[in-house]
Amino acid sequence: MPVELMKGNTALAEAAVRAGVEAFFGYPITPQTELLEHMSKRMPELGRAFVQAESEVASINMVYGAACTGTRVMTSSSSPGISLMQEGFSYIACSEVPCVVVDVMRGGPGLGNIQPSQSDYFQVTRSAGHGDYHAIVLAPSSVQEAVDLMGDAFDLADQYRHLVFVVADGLLGQMMEPAELPPMQPLRTERPDWALTGANGRDPNIITSLELSAPALEAVNDRLQAKLKVIRETEQRSTENMTKDARLVVVGYGTAGRIAETAVKQARREGMQVGLFRPITLWPFPEQRLSALTDHVEALLVVEMNAGQMVEDVKLAAGGQIPVEFYGRTGGVVPVPEEIYDAIVESYEKLA
Amino acid sequence: MTSAVMVEEKVVYERPESLADVATHYCPGCTHGIAHRIVAEVLDELGVRDRTIGVSPVGCAVLAYKYFNTDGAEAAHGRAPAMATGIKRVMPDHVVFTYQGDGDLAAIGIAEIIHAATRGENITTIFVNNAIYGMTGGQMAPTTLIGQETTSSPGGRSQTLTGFPVRMAELMAGITGSAYIARRSLHNVKEINTAKRAIKTAFLAQLNGLGFSMVELLSTCPTNWKVSPAEALAWVESDMVPYYPLGDYKVAEEVKPLMKRR
Repeated sequence: MPVELMKGNTALAEAAVRAGVEAFFGYPITPQTELLEHMSKRMPELGRAFVQAESEVASINMVYGAACTGTRVMTSSSSPGISLMQEGFSYIACSEVPCVVVDVMRGGPGLGNIQPSQSDYFQVTRSAGHGDYHAIVLAPSSVQEAVDLMGDAFDLADQYRHLVFVVADGLLGQMMEPAELPPMQPLRTERPDWALTGANGRDPNIITSLELSAPALEAVNDRLQAKLKVIRETEQRSTENMTKDARLVVVGYGTAGRIAETAVKQARREGMQVGLFRPITLWPFPEQRLSALTDHVEALLVVEMNAGQMVEDVKLAAGGQIPVEFYGRTGGVVPVPEEIYDAIVESYEKLA
Repeated sequence: MTSAVMVEEKVVYERPESLADVATHYCPGCTHGIAHRIVAEVLDELGVRDRTIGVSPVGCAVLAYKYFNTDGAEAAHGRAPAMATGIKRVMPDHVVFTYQGDGDLAAIGIAEIIHAATRGENITTIFVNNAIYGMTGGQMAPTTLIGQETTSSPGGRSQTLTGFPVRMAELMAGITGSAYIARRSLHNVKEINTAKRAIKTAFLAQLNGLGFSMVELLSTCPTNWKVSPAEALAWVESDMVPYYPLGDYKVAEEVKPLMKRR
């Protein structure tokens, strides 16, 4: 496939089309609207389903319905819209139907603004709806990685019958970069045996998140937690650069991780032994690899476009073995490499 | 020698195949059971049971998916029309219906039901209006009548405090995407038979791809109305029907031949 210059949102949409998404339900919200617009053209021309819903509440419940039929289905939104979808996420997770949700995060709280942000890390990794579960969360840092992770997101959703987020921020959604799209996958012709396809020659299939008896609902939770345990043990993903001899490792994901890489390279040029650790899965958080790094790394510096959210997971992974510093900007302010470099120098000078 | 007299037995009443052979949790005198049965009879008569997907609400009918012998899903409160939309868009050859009460459809889910109709979504909605929240123990619904006593309108619903009961059939009839909108009642046998014919028309509209169809069914809640089943049926006729007149509120031109065919 040739490399094309593509906007992040459009690339995410087309990657989903190539991955065989059969239905898209969404609602316009900046800064993800180009994704919906691309789908409004592409899905009908391919004979697939597209609905611009009346709200994010409706779109996630349309996703829930289509997911019950065992088709590949997705929606996309941005922070305030993701808040509205929380109800649906919870039902989907409990019902164990697969779907993919793209969250192009913007500045908050409240209506906030439409600038790039990572302020919804907690929302997607901790509490994507009421109840007791985690969604799988993938965080690309370039348009190419966004394209690649969209395909993985659908595969993971199907494999685990689970809710999978692909989280970007407004910068990744809006910027144009060269990327190579995967070839078009054929649509699946068979539906899974649990899917709602009509009780033709079999007993009815039921998809519900209701379980009135406490012991029976605990059994549902046990099944869900057993699945999440497998995901936690086998699906952690991260990438790192210059960590082998690093005394200080900067931890950042998505856009923040990418900007931090520039600052880390500058620090290396200045003779500091600094490396970069970039989580790709935010849940499961790549604690195994990060924890291993604490054997030789003397301190960690977490950089986020929020007031400090992932830093909690980093501290859990570090297990109190080494200091964990934090540098963040909020409100849609994107840090420049120079200020992260300054934070690196400050943390590095504290090393024994 | 005695000669055996063969008496041929004729089945005059049996469980429709589309109704599961299980006991329901509905209270004595509640008309949900009748509504379930006539929907199931229609699915049988149309021969669509094995390609039907029902979407249950939150409310008294939350377990309806256990009572229909079809594939089924349980929606979040009020979201059944959105969920049904998702199902229908990827399974256009299947019959998709929602079964919703008045709190589910006319309060928390009023946006979803109206927009399903504005899109002309090719689904069927069975709307059970019993003028009260049954499952949560008898609170005021959007359809509770003025003066009607509930646990959250003590002394009777006040129009000063709470406005007026919503007439959903009239509201939905004003939407261009609605193909067939009717209100019927379940308070006597004649009305039940009329209701069944309306439900059949609604499903036929869907089978012919004509757009959104809804049948509102005036229904009883003796438990939360705190009256006997017989008194409840009488109250539907004396108090509900005058405020919620029965009839067809929207019959698209293409739907009319479907009504004549029977």
